[in-house]
Amino acid sequence: MKIVVDLNQCDLHGLCVEAAPEVFEIGDDGQLHVLNDTPDEGLRAKVDKAVRECPTGAISLEG
Amino acid sequence: MLRRIAIVGASLAGLRAAETLRARGFDGALTLIGDEPHRPYDRPPLSKQLLQGTVEPEQTFFRKKEGYDALALDLRLGVRATALDLRDRRVTLDDGTFADYDRLIIATGARARTIPGLASRPNVFVLRSLDDAVALRQELTTASRVAIVGAGFIGLEVAASCRARGLHVTVIEALSIPLAPILTPELCEMVAAMHRDHGVDLRTGVTLTDVIGESRVAGVVLSDGSRISADVVVVGIGVITNTEWLASSGLTLDNGIVCDGSAQAAPGVYAAGDVARVANEWHGGSPRIEHWTNAVEQAVHAAENALAGDGATAHFSSVPYFWSDQYDRKIQFVGDARGHDEMMIVDGSLAERRLTALFRRGDRLVACLAVNQPRALIKYRKLLAARTSREAALSETAPS
Repeated sequence: MKIVVDLNQCDLHGLCVEAAPEVFEIGDDGQLHVLNDTPDEGLRAKVDKAVRECPTGAISLEG
Repeated sequence: MLRRIAIVGASLAGLRAAETLRARGFDGALTLIGDEPHRPYDRPPLSKQLLQGTVEPEQTFFRKKEGYDALALDLRLGVRATALDLRDRRVTLDDGTFADYDRLIIATGARARTIPGLASRPNVFVLRSLDDAVALRQELTTASRVAIVGAGFIGLEVAASCRARGLHVTVIEALSIPLAPILTPELCEMVAAMHRDHGVDLRTGVTLTDVIGESRVAGVVLSDGSRISADVVVVGIGVITNTEWLASSGLTLDNGIVCDGSAQAAPGVYAAGDVARVANEWHGGSPRIEHWTNAVEQAVHAAENALAGDGATAHFSSVPYFWSDQYDRKIQFVGDARGHDEMMIVDGSLAERRLTALFRRGDRLVACLAVNQPRALIKYRKLLAARTSREAALSETAPS
C-alpha cells in the first residue's frame, strides 16, 4: 500500500496521528508529515482507520 | 447466514457502515436507502466553503459515482423509509417497495428544527442538507441583509460565511451569550466579540416575536421591540431526530434510538450517527452525539457488530470531538465539559483568541478546547482517551 496525502486538504485535525502514530505526525513546523508512505501490511487496519476518520478526506491509499 | 443487509440513511454514517461491511468481506446484497436524491455527501463544508462559494456541490460527495459502483450497493435514493417490522425484518419504503434484511443499520440522522409559521416563507431557510445550502447560497447572491436566528455553531458559521460574502448580518439569540450551553461564559464572550469585530450585529437575550412581510419576509421583530430588516432569514435552532418512522416499531426511542454498547437497538438492528444513542464507556452514558467523527466511529462499530453475530463486542468508547471554522479561527473541542469544576487556559489567551483551555472535573481532565492550536488539541485528545483506557484496564483486573 502507498499512502498519498493532499496537504492542501489537510486541516490538522490529527485523527490520523491518533489512529496510526507510526505513520503520521504533525511536525514542529505545524504540518502533517507521513513518516512512512509505504508501511507494512501489519499497519493496514490503523491506516484504514486514519483514512476513514479524516474529516477532509485528505488521505488516500493506492494498493 | 447473512445474505441481506439494509442501511437506512445515505449519510456519512450510512456510507461508512457500507464501506466497513464490504471491507470486512460481506459480499451479500447491500441496500443503502436515502430520502435525499443525492449520493452521500459531506455536511461540514455546507455552512462554510459551499456558502462562501469556494466549493461546489459535486465536491461535497464522498466518492465519485464510480466509487459508489465499487461498493456494489443497491442504492435507493430519493426514497423514504416509513415503517420497520422487526418480526418480519422488513423496512417499508414510500415508493411502495420493501427492503427485507437479515441485519439492519439505521442512520437516519436528524433534521433542522424550524419555527412554526415561518418555515413555509420563500426566503426563510434552515441549513442541514445539500439542497438547503444550495438554495440558501442562491438567495445570498441577490441578498444584502441576512437575519440569523440562533447563535449556535450553525448560526455562527453561517454568519461568518455571510460576512465573507460582504452581507449585512444580524444574529438573534435568546440566551445572553452565544454557544452558552456548550462553552463557559468567558469563552462564549470571546466568540461573541470575534463576531462583533467582524461586523456582525449580535443581538442576545432577545427572541423573535413577529415577522414583517406578507409572503416573503422583509424583516423580523424582536422581543425588545426592535425591528430588523432582512431579505433572507436563516434559522439555526437545533435538530430533531428522524425517528417518526420507527414510532410503532417497538424500538426504544428517547431522544434518538437507544442502543447498547454494541450499537444494537434490537436483535439484528443497529444504529449509528446523529440518530443513535450508543452506550459509550468514555462518556459514561448513552449520549446522542451530533458530531462527524462520532458518526464514523459508530458506523464502523455497528457494521462490525452486525457481521459478528455472537462475537459482537459491547465495548464502545469514544471521546466526543467537534470543530467549527469561523473567520480565520478554528475552534476545536474534545471531551465532555458538563459539570466541570474548573476551566484553565493553559496556553494563549482570550485576548488573542488563540488558546488552549482544559476542563477539570474532580481530579480528572474531561475536556479540551483549542482555538487555532491544533497540535495542543491532538495532545490532549490522546490524554483524554488514555485516561479511560487506564481505568478500563484497572477495572478489568479488579475483583468484582
